[in-house]
Amino acid sequence: MANETLAQLSNWLIYSAIAVYLLAFFAYCAEWVWGGRSRVAVQSAALVGAANESAEEKVLVGAGVGGSGRAGKGAAAGGGVDDAKLEALLAEESDDDGDVSGGNERADMFGRMAVSLTVLAFVLHLASVVARGMSVHRAPWGNMYEFSLAVTLVAAGVYLGFALRGKGRWLGIFMMLAVLTTLGVAVTELYTASAQLVPALHSYWLIIHVSAAIVSFGALHVGFISAVLYLFKDSREKRVAAGREGGRLGAMLDRLPSAASLDKTAYRVNAVIFPLWTFAIICGAIWAENAWGHYWQWDPKETWAFITWVAYAAYLHARSTAGWKGRRAAYISLVAFACFIFNYYLVNIFFNSMHSYAGV
Amino acid sequence: MSRDSLSPDTGAGTEDANTAVESASEERELAAARRLSSAPEDGVGHVGGPSPEITQPSLGPLGWLRWFWRQLTSMRVALLLLFLLSLAAIPGSMIPQETQSPARVAQFHTDHTKLAPIYDKLDMFHVFSSWWFAAIYILLFVSLAGCILPRSWQFAQALRARPPRAPRRLDRMPAHLSWTTSAEDAETALALGRKVLGARRFRLSAPGAEGAAADSVAAEKGYLREAGNLVFHIALFGLLFAVASGSLWGATGTKLMPVGSGFANTLTQYDDFNHGPLYTVDDLGDFSLTLNSFTAKFAQSGPERGTATEFKARVTYRENGTGKPHGAVIQVNDPLDINGEKVFLVSHGYSPRVTVRDAHGNVVYRGASAFLPYDNNLSSKGVFKIPDGYRNKAGKKEQIGLEGIFLPTFAGASMQTGMASAFPAMENPALLLTAYHGDLNMDGGIPQSVYQLDHTYLKQYQGANKQPLAQKLGIGDTMKLPNGEGSITLDGVDQWASFTISHNPGTGLALWSAVAAILGLMGSLFVQRRRVWVRARDNADGTVSVEVAGLGRSESARIGGEVADVAKQLQKALPPRA
Repeated sequence: MANETLAQLSNWLIYSAIAVYLLAFFAYCAEWVWGGRSRVAVQSAALVGAANESAEEKVLVGAGVGGSGRAGKGAAAGGGVDDAKLEALLAEESDDDGDVSGGNERADMFGRMAVSLTVLAFVLHLASVVARGMSVHRAPWGNMYEFSLAVTLVAAGVYLGFALRGKGRWLGIFMMLAVLTTLGVAVTELYTASAQLVPALHSYWLIIHVSAAIVSFGALHVGFISAVLYLFKDSREKRVAAGREGGRLGAMLDRLPSAASLDKTAYRVNAVIFPLWTFAIICGAIWAENAWGHYWQWDPKETWAFITWVAYAAYLHARSTAGWKGRRAAYISLVAFACFIFNYYLVNIFFNSMHSYAGV
Repeated sequence: MSRDSLSPDTGAGTEDANTAVESASEERELAAARRLSSAPEDGVGHVGGPSPEITQPSLGPLGWLRWFWRQLTSMRVALLLLFLLSLAAIPGSMIPQETQSPARVAQFHTDHTKLAPIYDKLDMFHVFSSWWFAAIYILLFVSLAGCILPRSWQFAQALRARPPRAPRRLDRMPAHLSWTTSAEDAETALALGRKVLGARRFRLSAPGAEGAAADSVAAEKGYLREAGNLVFHIALFGLLFAVASGSLWGATGTKLMPVGSGFANTLTQYDDFNHGPLYTVDDLGDFSLTLNSFTAKFAQSGPERGTATEFKARVTYRENGTGKPHGAVIQVNDPLDINGEKVFLVSHGYSPRVTVRDAHGNVVYRGASAFLPYDNNLSSKGVFKIPDGYRNKAGKKEQIGLEGIFLPTFAGASMQTGMASAFPAMENPALLLTAYHGDLNMDGGIPQSVYQLDHTYLKQYQGANKQPLAQKLGIGDTMKLPNGEGSITLDGVDQWASFTISHNPGTGLALWSAVAAILGLMGSLFVQRRRVWVRARDNADGTVSVEVAGLGRSESARIGGEVADVAKQLQKALPPRA
């Protein structure tokens, strides 16, 4: 039987988390707004634009070693390799991280405030999920409401993983938007009172299979956001290269990392998650074998998991196919993520599936 | 100068010629870096598109065949096939499928009389066994084979080969460090380089080469990337074979068993049996099964009241017919495995038990009949057929049919829902029963459902008010047939459980292929393939120039760190000159 006190506590915690996420969102907005007023932003934009071309070619831009043959030789002839050069080599390579605050101190303060608020919201969010789990003595992802809470927790966590290492603050505003939307839908449309599960879900595979799906879905948000921003930024860079100036939006895009860097971030996240998503599907198949006698029955949920998998596989292949690299590959990754969303909301709610544990 | 086989220009060419060759090989290296070929494909096998020679027409049939093969095994076509595969799967999720939900397919046929025949022609109700779906994945797998075989061969050769020698201009590589030292001579420095790179588990170029290669060592690492890539793709073939063998040699049957009844695993005992084309009756496992008891528990309160929390079927089974009996519990998610045949608990329900007496008071039937549930609270429908023994008041033989709705928890009839159970467990069981007499038409040669009456030659008994006779019976209640024609008593209610027994060969292969696929995938995505070179040259002033350079052969390689680490290690013995 569900512990009603803990369930209630979980609800309060998630409302608090949503409120704090909202505050964080406003703080990220403030960072963008004040950053936009900075003169530095405009200058750095020009610099970033110029550096991009070579950033793709040479890993060591700005390190002063190897960046250009002659300069490197000169340094070598002059003496030894100093520690600075070594450290530059060791440092994260070519991952320019943009500068949302545009060098504006107030904007930077808002940015740091936003990250702190995100941490606070994350803690509340985590507590809510834990309380929910404790109230029913099981993994807290037995229906769509709980699944949404867990996915957004992972998404926020992955973002904080970047932000707390001082990177990826540009993701913040978009991540808050995604988290708030998903949580909003969860608490208003998908809410299900805390309860026990049907016997079909009494399995340790619930923990393994569903948590792998949750982490995949949550982390893929970062890949999705990066890919969208890459597409915008790439257009912007091409416009700048062609000598055309963008509008106000263009100036905002200048404060994002370079297109190459965004693309790399998207690729890294998608590539790391792809094996995990494969694992999630395979666990599902093993569970299905145990529960229904067939590891694969082309149930709509399975079909869409397969479609999503194939779409991400196509993305990974496209990146090494002439004519498909870059923008086209990015579009494929967007389609793949859209398949994931489709599989979650539409298949769960509208399709006649054996995975109909939506609880709505 | 000695060169590897890639550069035909051996011997001492002019400096210019050398430079040309050097820059050509450098271009190759840089192109390799630029390609930064991502994940699964490293840009070998699957090429980016048709090369110029194969776009030329007038090749003859063999030429066209070659052209077709090149096209099919190109990455671009593989990508296209991947898209097609996902597109083709979509209708399978939107349109009801015969194998998953035959009832919904039938419903679709009655609802869409115009669309359904078109769908039928297009195999839309059997998407995953349709010719066009098969065409896509077979082409995809042929394309895959055409890619994997040459790549496996190339990889086998690469495993035997040494890394190609260092390019002339290391400073043009993406990561490069150089310094001069006076600590050792070039030969010692180079030996040290070999040692450092070897300790970092790099594969090294052959030592002691002459000429340009003599002053440098080339090292390569990350062969597991390509190995993983190949393993992943080969594992996909394993999965294909596993799925194919499952559908060719597999079989599934269902059996509804009242509590207390037994089942021997022979074809005739199944209610329903489907098997693949290559399955034979000899493949049926030799065992028998008795259902001893069944328990179901439901949430008693809270918002999900009535939701099941536990199903448990206790069974006894014997292998090889007469073997020792074993007890077992079958639950949802916990099937019983008898020598590879798996017994799954799929559903459960109630079997009302009645006694039927004829007009002379003789018991003509005493037994239970399984009623099939039609809602979540297990409101169920079913029939009793009494073909023999009944005599009416006039002493004439008649057949009796009883039709009923069983409600495990009767909570009053409502105008909206009619008769419906309020809870899936038996809290207030009621059987709403009506009776027919006449001929059950069981000898007509047409197989009859055991859950339905054929009303053709049956007459419903009329009550006192000329209405059809119908009565709600609690346990122990009796319904009297009009005019003293007999009676029906509800003695009690039994339970039944139904099982799916499946024989699914290839499951093990599927599992191991899947595990191999994941491991391969991790190798191909996480292992970085990279080359590092160390060069040491004696300078005229007695100092030694040391160079370390690196090139990532895969996407997002972190080659800078690697080069810096190697340089740091080298500098312990070869400190830079102040």
